[in-house]
Amino acid sequence: MSTDSPSPNAPAPASQRNDSLRVRIRSQSGSFTLDVAFEAPVGVTALVGASGAGKTQTLACIAGIHKPCAGYIVAGDATWFDSKNKCNIAIEQRRVAYVFQSLALFAHMTALQNVAYGMSRSQPRHQRNEHALTILKKMHVAHVAHRKPSSLSGGEAQRVALARALAMQPRAILLDEPFSALDWSLKRDLLEHVREILHAQRAPAIVVTHDPREAETLAERILRIDQGRIVATETVA
Amino acid sequence: MDLSPLALSLVIATASTALSAVIGIALASLLMSQRFWGRDLIEVLLTAPLVMPPTVLGYYILVSVGRQSVVGRAFEHLTGSPIVFSRTGAVLAATVGAFPIVVKSTRAALEQIDPRVVFAARTLGASPLRALYSIQIPLASRAIIASLMLAFARAMGDFGVTLMVAGDIPGQTRTASLAIYNAIAAQHDADARVNVLALTSVVLGLLYIVTRLTSRANIER
Repeated sequence: MSTDSPSPNAPAPASQRNDSLRVRIRSQSGSFTLDVAFEAPVGVTALVGASGAGKTQTLACIAGIHKPCAGYIVAGDATWFDSKNKCNIAIEQRRVAYVFQSLALFAHMTALQNVAYGMSRSQPRHQRNEHALTILKKMHVAHVAHRKPSSLSGGEAQRVALARALAMQPRAILLDEPFSALDWSLKRDLLEHVREILHAQRAPAIVVTHDPREAETLAERILRIDQGRIVATETVA
Repeated sequence: MDLSPLALSLVIATASTALSAVIGIALASLLMSQRFWGRDLIEVLLTAPLVMPPTVLGYYILVSVGRQSVVGRAFEHLTGSPIVFSRTGAVLAATVGAFPIVVKSTRAALEQIDPRVVFAARTLGASPLRALYSIQIPLASRAIIASLMLAFARAMGDFGVTLMVAGDIPGQTRTASLAIYNAIAAQHDADARVNVLALTSVVLGLLYIVTRLTSRANIER
């Protein structure tokens, strides 16, 4: 692992920007100030830090759940937030795949219905279901397609949540400690598979974790966050 | 034995429950998700029908939709019949007492849903309205159904407001509650007993189902 200079706030040159996610935000929440600037290119970037460092708040700002006080969020050629131009695109228009720590699966729907939920409703239902089943197969959980989330194991639920997020062909993928509830032995196989899936996507993925092993297994780049600021950027060898 | 008051009560309670569902769920969603000036005042006004004397509530309805009021005149002009002293008035009277129950319970149930589930739907492209009807309402469905049953029971038993707004017209607005009062006044105890037993059975039956539904909803949560 090599360590670059801490917090390079300047965005990357235009030639590298294509599908990357560029974030420069300042957000105030009580006495806590989040002030981060980074670029996440296509591939997997891990955001690593202790509890309360500002990891989840960063993801919430990118997804549009939380509105920053100032700054900008640009995904490829789409500006999602720009305080100078008073631009703040609605959550549903950003096409962000967000896997929450709690997974937030829809308890009243089957795994298949969960995965099909984010697909364009201009497609006929049977096509959406076929597509959803294909994604569940890719995630090795086609056998749970017609089961409700309450009957899934921890690992199956993680895979369904990820399948649901990826089914919408996102512009960016955000994973907020989705594997924290699993033992390392269970997690290792899943991480390997998730790494392959994420790398096959043509979208930047940001994985929030406090587990260095998880970050190193999944990511090509690691951003270390502490007290609301990016303190180091590392490249995984 | 005249069972028409009981049949009328069932019809009025059904119509009132349908109306309460629409108004109650819409208001609960609005109050839960939006912050706006006057929200607290709306909360107070929504709670008032639950505690206000029926005569006072009936008076306000009479003033608001009576034949001399703007709403009452407009309604009569459009439909050819007045709101007050009609079945429409009886439905309105029952609804005013019943819909606050739906608002309060639905709002409480919607607020207990994990906000991340709603955000997940939004990130998957759902508008706030789609998230409401496809995620929030189904997840709160047990509590909403329970509140609608309570609203139905409340509407079935309404006496004071119905009397003030719709009167006591046999075959038109004489509901089971009003029929019991009339039967007792006329010393027709057998008629009173039938309606009393029927109303008691409906209300106790509904309360039992509501208890089962809400206890199951709590276990699932």
